[in-house]
Amino acid sequence: MSKVVFDAIVVGAGPAGNSAAYTMANAGLNVLQIERGEYSGSKNVQGAILYSDALEQMIPDFREEAPLERHIVEQRIWMMDDRGHTGMHHRSDDYNEDLPNRYTIIRAQFDKWFNRQVRDAGATVLYETTATSLLRDPGGQVIGVQTDREGEGFYANVVVLAEGVNGLVGQRSGLRSELRPEDVALAVKEMHFLPQETIESRFNITGDEGVVIEAMGTITDGMIGTAFLYTNRESISIGIGCLVSELSRIGKDSPYQLLDRFKAHPSIRGLLEGSEMKEYAAHLIPEGGYRAIPDLVGDGWICVGDAGHFVNAVHREGSNLAMTTGRFAAETIIMLNKRGQACTKKALGAYRQRLDDSFVMKDMKKYKDVPRMLEKQGSTIMDTYPRLMNGAAQTWFRVDGRDKKTKENEIVKSAWRVRGLGLLGDAVKLARAWR
Amino acid sequence: MSDDVENRLFQNRYVVDTGKPHIHVVPHETPSEELKAMVHVCPAGCYSQNEHGQVEIVADGCMECGTCRVVCQNTGEIEWNYPRGGFGVLFKFG
Repeated sequence: MSKVVFDAIVVGAGPAGNSAAYTMANAGLNVLQIERGEYSGSKNVQGAILYSDALEQMIPDFREEAPLERHIVEQRIWMMDDRGHTGMHHRSDDYNEDLPNRYTIIRAQFDKWFNRQVRDAGATVLYETTATSLLRDPGGQVIGVQTDREGEGFYANVVVLAEGVNGLVGQRSGLRSELRPEDVALAVKEMHFLPQETIESRFNITGDEGVVIEAMGTITDGMIGTAFLYTNRESISIGIGCLVSELSRIGKDSPYQLLDRFKAHPSIRGLLEGSEMKEYAAHLIPEGGYRAIPDLVGDGWICVGDAGHFVNAVHREGSNLAMTTGRFAAETIIMLNKRGQACTKKALGAYRQRLDDSFVMKDMKKYKDVPRMLEKQGSTIMDTYPRLMNGAAQTWFRVDGRDKKTKENEIVKSAWRVRGLGLLGDAVKLARAWR
Repeated sequence: MSDDVENRLFQNRYVVDTGKPHIHVVPHETPSEELKAMVHVCPAGCYSQNEHGQVEIVADGCMECGTCRVVCQNTGEIEWNYPRGGFGVLFKFG
């Protein structure tokens, strides 16, 4: 019996894998997708925010059917100390538009929908199947995937590794090095349910409007990390994450204890009051940035999404990079397929070129120095400055018979006392890393 | 395992592959600092220290994040694989 050789095998059914499989199947390629969960989404965790643009490139009318929660009209960015927060809020009615730019979503539901589009486009999806290793020919070219199902495995002209951050197939095959604890964050998250009207009145929103809060500060106990709160239709996603290196080397508390403290914080507590918690999840986030991006192509394989370390930690973008890298990889494979060209490392290099020319690599490069700066300045940024800012705000806003000039001096002195000339250095380092 | 985490995990759905845990701690006399850290770092509270100071794991509540695998990668004290297809945690919301 001659063996079936697919045009492509996609390992994983998250945003990257679904984008790759959908794009290839839509172009008529014979695609096999392998997913270890019972359904696409059953192993996937995210805040979660969907960035429309990345999906629109593939499914322009996705809004008609995709399970979306709320479109975002307000963004709050908070610097927290133990008692309060100081921050920036941005809200505009302009976000109530025909084609909103960002939505909150619930990943298990969204991924299931996206994966159905993959099947409808003609791909074969094998669920409850864990990919275990790559099959190679004597020359080392990847020719397929071995799974935990009985049998000899599955063959294809190219394997798309969309296996996520903790991608064992690629790592154990030596395609990329092991993750460093400094380069990944562990995030924990809970789903809290509340009546729709309660959410809408607490956040001053109506209809499908939504609010997101991103927070940093003393809530991570001096460790490098952030927290978030997103409004869904009838639920609130709340979570917190810190670098694994910090949790294991300087942290004393469990991630869920950090989450408990965030939930009990005076600025957050009232927003969750009376809610019912229905799920607790944990996941790693690749946060190493540009310098942590591994080799992305080889003979017979190509790497996309979290497995390729595509997360812009500064802007909290990841799923859009997953979708875009998945699509670019697919389009590269489609091009080679139509030309009858083999998926060699050299030929697949066109994928890297497309990434370099797009916002994906441009943004990754822009912030390439941020992880290193944070590694050195972590507790200053996560603890000292949030305390300073909240102290300064109090000095400024309290009316207590002292004149404003005295208050200004006090604010400057308090910053000087804590950081001294370091203030200048911090500003320069931040500006450099940002540039 | 503390009540804190047990009450949380109670909300989750799991299909446990009975008798075939996907994570093993290699038998040891004295655990490394990395392995000991997992007692507080593991988000599912899967790790604990017994009376002899050795670290043990009960992986039933594991959310398959991979943190312990990354933390202990150089100590060789943990054998980590994904559960067989269809087993393990099953997120309703994710």
